[in-house]
Formats: sequence, C-alpha cells, structure tokens
Amino acid sequence: MPTLIELDAGRFVLANDPFTAVADDEGLPLGDVIISFTRFQAEGDRLLAEGRAVGVRLEPDEEVEALAYDLPRISLVAVAFPKFRDGRGFTSARLLRERFDYAGEVRAVGDVFREQAGFMVRCGFDAFEPSDGSTPDIWAHAVSRHRHVYQRAADARAPAFLEREGG
Amino acid sequence: MYQYDTLDKEIVADRSREFREQVGRRLAGELSEDQFKPLRLMNGLYLQLHAYMLRIAVPYGSLNSRQMRKLAYIGRTYDRGYGHFTTRQNLQFHWIKLRDTPDILDHLAEVDMHAIQTSGNCIRNVTSDPYAGATAEELDDPRVWSEAIRQWSSLHPEFSFLPRKFKIAITAAPKDRTAAKVHDIGLMIRRGRDGQLGFEVVVGGGLGRTPYVGPTITEFLPANRLFSYLEAILRVYNRHGRRDNLYKARIKILVAALGAEEFARQVAEEWAKIGPEGDLPDTELARIRGAFAKTAFESLPAVSETFEAAKAADPALARFARNNLRAHKKPGYAIVEISLKTVGETPGDATSDQMDVVADLAERFGQDDIRVTHEQNLVLPHIRLDDMPEVFAKLQAVGLASANVNLISDIIACPGLDYCALANARAIPVAQQIAQTFADQEKAEAIGELKIKISGCINACGHHHVGHIGILGVDKKGEEFYQLTLGGSGAEDASVGKMLGPALPYDKVAAAIDTLVEVYLRERQDGERFLDTYRRTGVEPFKEAVYADAH
Repeated sequence: MPTLIELDAGRFVLANDPFTAVADDEGLPLGDVIISFTRFQAEGDRLLAEGRAVGVRLEPDEEVEALAYDLPRISLVAVAFPKFRDGRGFTSARLLRERFDYAGEVRAVGDVFREQAGFMVRCGFDAFEPSDGSTPDIWAHAVSRHRHVYQRAADARAPAFLEREGG
Repeated sequence: MYQYDTLDKEIVADRSREFREQVGRRLAGELSEDQFKPLRLMNGLYLQLHAYMLRIAVPYGSLNSRQMRKLAYIGRTYDRGYGHFTTRQNLQFHWIKLRDTPDILDHLAEVDMHAIQTSGNCIRNVTSDPYAGATAEELDDPRVWSEAIRQWSSLHPEFSFLPRKFKIAITAAPKDRTAAKVHDIGLMIRRGRDGQLGFEVVVGGGLGRTPYVGPTITEFLPANRLFSYLEAILRVYNRHGRRDNLYKARIKILVAALGAEEFARQVAEEWAKIGPEGDLPDTELARIRGAFAKTAFESLPAVSETFEAAKAADPALARFARNNLRAHKKPGYAIVEISLKTVGETPGDATSDQMDVVADLAERFGQDDIRVTHEQNLVLPHIRLDDMPEVFAKLQAVGLASANVNLISDIIACPGLDYCALANARAIPVAQQIAQTFADQEKAEAIGELKIKISGCINACGHHHVGHIGILGVDKKGEEFYQLTLGGSGAEDASVGKMLGPALPYDKVAAAIDTLVEVYLRERQDGERFLDTYRRTGVEPFKEAVYADAH
C-alpha cells in the first residue's frame, strides 16, 4: 500500500486509504475502488448501485471535461502523474476545482515528489501518494517553504498583489 | 530598475533555501544525479562538458551597478574571472562547482537576483527592449509589463512542467530589438484607434530544428486583459502540446499543426472561460510602474560642445559615436551600446574587471542603469553627451570600446564545440576568423549593418536562421562543415534565412563571407543594407560567386 497523505483542515496527516486502486486488467475487490475512466464508463453505474464509493483515475491525456457529468457521483479523482515532468495533471486539478467546483478528493498518484508538493496544493490537490518516501512532516515542510506566491490559483492563498494591498 | 519589496525578496530567499536543501541532499548521496537533474535544471544549473554551468536570470536584461558588481564578484570568486552574456539577456558562468552554488544563490539574493526558471520546461526569463525607458520610439515602457510577467510566471503552480521551455519577449517600439516574432510568445505593444494600450500577440515563432516566424493570433489585445490571455495560451499548450518527442514539443509545432486560426480559436474559447478573474488588477500594474526607480534628466542642449570638440580631436571617439551611440528621448543624452565583440575575444564574454568598470560608469554617469541586449552587448541607456569623452576613455582602458555595434564583426555565436556537449562544430573560432577578416574599421563601416549569427549545431542557440548571414556547424564524417544561409532577420521584418548551397569546410568560411560581402558591395543600391540587397537580387549572384570560388 502506498503512503497516503491528506490535507485536513490545513494539516498534512497520514491517512488510512479505504480505496483500492484497481488496474484495468485486475478483478474488482470488494469495497471502495479507484478505477480508470474507461472502466468507470463501463462499470461505474453498477458499482455505484452496489453502494460503493468510486474514485476515477484520470490519465494526463484524458480531458477533465469528459468527467464533468459524473463528478457529483465520484468520490475522488486520482490525477495520474506517470512521469514527474508531465505537468498536465496540474491543469486537470485546477479545472476540477475552479471550473467544475468539484468538492471531492483530488489525489495525486504516480511520480509524486516533494518538489511538486507546493504546486499541487495550489492547484487544488488535497491528497497525495508520494513516491519519494515523503512523510507528512516532509510534505508540510515542502508546501510551506514559500511564504508568498505571485499568482491566483485554486487554493485560498492571497497572491502577492493582494498581500501588498493589505499591507 | 524595478525595486524589490519585502515580498519579492522573501520569494527569492525562500527559493534559494529550497535549492540549498536539494544540493545538500545530492551531496549527501540521498539523490542520484538522475533524480537531481530535473531539480537543478529548474534553477539554471547545467552539467556541461567540463563543469557545471550556472545561468543567472537578468530579467528583461536590466541591471543596476550593485548587481553588476555582484556578478563580477561571483565571476572572480567562484569562476575564472569572467562571465558570458547570452542571447536571452542572461549571464552564464561556465566553471562552477556544485557545492558553491547555494552560496552563489545567496549572494545573488542579496542584490535581488536569482536563477529561477533560467532552464527547465517552464516559462523562462522574459526578454525585452534594451533601450526601454530611453528611446523615444516606444509607446509604453515594456519593462513594466516584463516585470509583471516575471512575477506572474515565477514558480507558477500550473505551468512549471510544460511540454518544453517557453520564452516570451516583449517590445514597445516599431524597431524590434527583441526578436519577438521568433519567440514562443512575442508581445508587441500597440495603440488602438481610440488611444487605448494593447498588444499584438504572436505565438509559435522559434528557431531550432524547425524555424518559424510566429503568426499573429490577436491583432489587438487590450492591455488590461494580458494575464488571462497568457493563461489561456499556456493552458492550451500545457494540455495539447506534444510530449512524445522532445523535438516536436515546442508550442510552434502545436500552432503549426493546428493552424494559427484554430489555435487562436482554442485560446479564445479558453480565455472566455477564464474571464477577467485571471487578470492582474490595474492597481498592481500601477504599483509595479511606480516601483521603477525614477530617472532624473537635466534640461540640456541637443548638441554638446564638449563632445563635439572631443570627437573632432579623437577619430576613435568619433568612430565610436557613429557606431555605438543611439538617439535618446531627451536632448543632450545618448544611449551607449558597449560591444562585447572585441576582435579576437569570445562574443558575449566580459571579465569581472570589465563588469566593475561598467558598473562604475552606470553609477557615476548613467542613472545606475545597465542593460544586456539580445545581441550579447551591454547598454548604458542614459549617458549625458557631455560625459561621453570620459565614459569612452574608461571603456577604452578596459578593452570595451570596440566601435562595431551592428557591423559585420558584431557576431552572435553560441559556445559551440569548445564548451557544449550538443555541438557538432566550433562556433567561436569561426566568429573570431570573420572578425579578423573584417578588422579594417573603414571597410566594416562601409559595409554597414550586417548581422552574422553562428550556431554550432541544429539547436540554433546562435540564431543562425535569423542572421542576415547565418552559419550552421554540421558534422560530416567527423569533420566540421558549415552551412550558410542568407536573408534571415529576427527584427520587425522577421524572416528565416535560405540555404545558400553545399556546406563549406572550416577553413573556407571566412573567405566565403568575404565573397558574399564583395557581391553585396557590387550590387547594392543607395542606402541598402546587405539584407535589402539580398532581398532585391535574390540568392543567385551570391551563390554564383561563393561556389565559383570554392571549387
């Protein structure tokens, strides 16, 4: 089981993961599952009807718009980072929060390193499966490293231009 | 010069501390070189043939004397006593030790400088007109917009892992000194019919393996809508730019594949969804404008008798004035361009001692303002004509008085095979040979504006595609050959040069350039530059002459 760190009321905590991530060629276990978008389209209705919580894994080349209709039924979106350098997931997360007002969990999975932590939180991620052995403390340190930010994003942080008005 | 406030300073300090931790983890063996690579590349640190190279950001090419002295100090203390100014208006040190880099960054932070986003697949240092604030040609001061873009793009949470690097240039004058049309985004400040300020937006220009002059996707974008529009462009690119092939990942490939019209439509659609929420408030733009140090100009006569007398007495000063001075918006002042293309030296290099002298001159005579140009020269943008004789003498004393700006020996060249692991051929020695061939100043002046640009490989760091004469180093069975192109331009009349003919061996290049020049001098009509003559006559006379000689 990968480590799961959740952002809970401003704190990063180790969480027990009730979900099982299931690959397309694996059989479905009992309980709550995270499945690919393709599989969700085929089996999502049935799984939801069984009363399970269902999460959808979104690959970088899958457009977040395609999920829009189903978002109210999806418990979490696992945004995949198959490669550290592939930044499409940042846009996916931001659009989920800002454009589709998605309030469920947005989880970063795959090549997830502390160097991206601050950016991920800013783009609206609230759950992380670090692949670099990060603990919640390391994650929190990485996220809080920068005292200021220049841009508006999907989080509540005031960009420098608003901080300046306040000061 | 934009004055950092506490927030700007703390952002740089925090980034510097983060990098110190990353270097610490690398030196302690917690990170492998493979894991460290993307991290160091986000901070301008490259591993080259001989050592680490650190690229320091000079946002829109603007420096004050304190910053220039700090660069001189770093060159002296951590490198070999010199640095290299680049075509992106940055400064590179080529002989850096990894363990020194955190201290270097702390030194830079002390003077409000950094190496943020000088490499990596992110929005790079924004470049602008080196004559900003000094030329009468400009519609607005492009540095204000450049600084706003610097802030917006720094550590951007969504756009730090783009398909490929991303370069923005911005100009506000009809004469383009930024090569805006061969950038990922070129912004050209325009005035609308009602007097409103806005931008013509060019997207998808670029050099490298597939050179393009970028198409205009918006003729007039109201200035206050700039940031939502940039966000829309970057988002479309981040989502749809190719990531399967390094050489097809720049935005120019996406724009060319979709067609400019379809790309523009997608941007417009995204832009409409973002809305004005994505723009920077006018109050912040006003604050940035106000945070630029005020320049204080005296009321002076347009002609300085001191300067005129000195020129009459010293032909070298007169020559320098003819070639290196540009009209300033205020009477009695000049924009002074300092050539870093002294014959026999490496184009763009400056020693620490030279940097100190330029800093002193800026402080004493030049409103504490220094610029780096896209063509790898330095500029003192505000010099009183009365002070010119003294400024010239001080430049001359440290070998910075070459009177060759825009002339044939003012050559852009990449580091080439001497320094770079990617290069196929040497570039700097070719530049030096050409400069030697045209060392006769009278002849160089008679030839007039002629831009030669040399790249040691197809990645085109020396911008050969947009040289009036371009020279590209290629490898033929282990030997260095050079492909010549003619008719390129990176300016407002941008075009990609056309190949002249078969590549020439190393020892034939300078002679071929000489032949091209002879043809030009023979064919030219009144006031024509080399480029104009070529565009009128076409390639034939040039081709005939060069290959008649070569065979």
